[in-house]
Amino acid sequence: METVIDKIPHVDVDPWTPELIDEPYEMHELVREAGPVAYIPKYDLFVVGRHAEVQAVLTNWETFISSAGVGLANFRHEAPFRPKSILLEADPPDHTVVRTVISRIMSPKNLQQLRDLFEAEAITMVDRVLEKRQVDGVKDIAEYFPLKVFPDAVGLETEGRDNLLLYGDMVFNALGPRNELFERSMEKLKPVSSWIMDHCTREALRPGGLGHLIYEAADKGEINQDQAAMLVRSFLSAGVDTTIGGIANILLTLARHPAEYAKLHANPALARQTFEEGLRYESIVQTIFRTTGKPAEIAGVSIDEDRKVLTLLGSANRDPRKWSEPNRFNVERNPVGHVTFGAGIHGCVGQMIARMEGEIVLRALAKKVKRIELTGRHKRHHNNSLRAMHSLPLELVPA
Amino acid sequence: MPIVHMTVPSGKRIELEVKTGTPIMRAAVDAGTEGIIGECGGAAMCGTCHVLVDEAWLDRLPLMSQNEDDMLECTAVPRQANSRLSCQLRMTEELEGLELTLPERQR
Ligand code: FES
Repeated sequence: METVIDKIPHVDVDPWTPELIDEPYEMHELVREAGPVAYIPKYDLFVVGRHAEVQAVLTNWETFISSAGVGLANFRHEAPFRPKSILLEADPPDHTVVRTVISRIMSPKNLQQLRDLFEAEAITMVDRVLEKRQVDGVKDIAEYFPLKVFPDAVGLETEGRDNLLLYGDMVFNALGPRNELFERSMEKLKPVSSWIMDHCTREALRPGGLGHLIYEAADKGEINQDQAAMLVRSFLSAGVDTTIGGIANILLTLARHPAEYAKLHANPALARQTFEEGLRYESIVQTIFRTTGKPAEIAGVSIDEDRKVLTLLGSANRDPRKWSEPNRFNVERNPVGHVTFGAGIHGCVGQMIARMEGEIVLRALAKKVKRIELTGRHKRHHNNSLRAMHSLPLELVPA
Repeated sequence: MPIVHMTVPSGKRIELEVKTGTPIMRAAVDAGTEGIIGECGGAAMCGTCHVLVDEAWLDRLPLMSQNEDDMLECTAVPRQANSRLSCQLRMTEELEGLELTLPERQR
C-alpha cells in the first residue's frame, strides 16, 4: 500500500553533520523548495521549512504536542534523559498553569526594573573592550554580558557560572540525535552535573531576584516547591547559551555588513530592531520538534499520530514566500513574525529579556564604536540545535 | 474573508481582512498597519498588540486567559475596561464587522 511517505518529497540530508551545522542555508533551501512538508529518510522524520507551515505547526498545540519531547527523541517510546521540563515539554492544561506564572515573572513590567542595571553594565563593558581594541567577540562581549547580567537577575552567585555554558550546551545538544556532539557534551558536564540543581534551591538564590519570585509563586500555592526548582532550572538552561549565541551572531553579521553598522552607529535608536533582524537572519535556535498527538494534516498532507515533525526555524526566517530579499541583512526591515523564539503558547518565555540584553549591548556599542572589523576567521561552536560560536576575532574602532 | 474595522492612531478608519482562524494581530501586522507592533509574534509576552474593543462587541469575544490579563498590565497606554491583546483574538465568522481602536502608542 502506498503510504504518505511515498507521496511526499524525500530530502536525503542529515542536518546534524558538522558541515551542515556550519552552513545550513543550502540545506534549508533544498527542504523549502522540495515542498511544504518533506521526509528525511535517515531519521524517519517529517520536516517543514517554509514559514507558513512552521508557524502553523508551532501554533497548533492541540495537534502538534510538546509533551512527547521537543527534540528528536519521542518520549512516548524512550525515557527522557533528564526529568521532563514542566514548561517546554508539557501540554495544556498542565502547561498553562506554569506558563502563566513564569510569563508574569518575565513580563515587560518586571524587566523594566532591570534595565538601568543592564545598561550600566553594558557601558562599563564597552569601555573596557574599547581600551583593548582587539577582542574576541565571543569571550569579551557575547559571553561576558549575559553571563554577568542574567544570572545576576536570577540571583545566582558569581562563582562557577561557566558551568551554565556546559549545561546549556548539553541541553540543546540533547534535542538532536544521540551523536558524538551529544555524548561529548554529556561527558564534559559530568563533573559539574550536580552544581546546577544545587543552585536552583531557594537557599542558593539571592532574595529579590527572579529566582525568588518563582519561589514566591510557590508560597502562594500557584505551583509547588519542586516545580519552582524545575523552573529555575529552565531559566538557567535556556537563558544563557541562547542569548550568547544571539549576540555573537549579530556581532559577526554587523562586522560583515559595515554599511548596516554605519546606519546603527548614526542612529543608535535602531538597536532593538537591529538585534531583531539579526535574530531573523541567523536564528540562534535552528531546530525544534513536535509530535503528532493525533492524526494531523500539514498543507493537505495527512500524517499519522505519534510521528515526529522537525521545524526548521532558520529556514522559515529566510523563506522568500514570507520575506522580500530574505538573504539580505537589513537593519531597516521590520522582522516581526520571525520564529527564532518559536511561536504560540510555547514561544520562548525569556524572549523579552533576551531582546532587552541584545538591544542594550548594541546601543552601547553603537554610541562609542565607529566600526566593527573582522580581523580573522570566526569559528563556529557545534551544537545540535544552536547556531553558536566559538571565537570571533574583532577590532573595535572607537568613534 | 471576514472584515475587521480598525481606527488607527492617526484617526483613520481602515478595513482589515482576516482569515478565520488567524489572530487579528497577525493580519494587522502583515498588512503593515500603523500603530501595532506584535513584537513577540503572538506569545502574549510583549503587550504591543493592544487594542480597544467597541463595547457592543466585548462579550462576543473569547474569554481572557489569566496570562493575557497579566500582560495587559504591561501595555504602554494603560489598560482600560475594553482592552484586549489582539494576538489572543482569533478570527471567526461571528466576529465579522468587529470594531477595534488602536491605542495611541504600543511602546
Ligand atoms: S503580540 Fe506580543 S502580546 Fe500580542
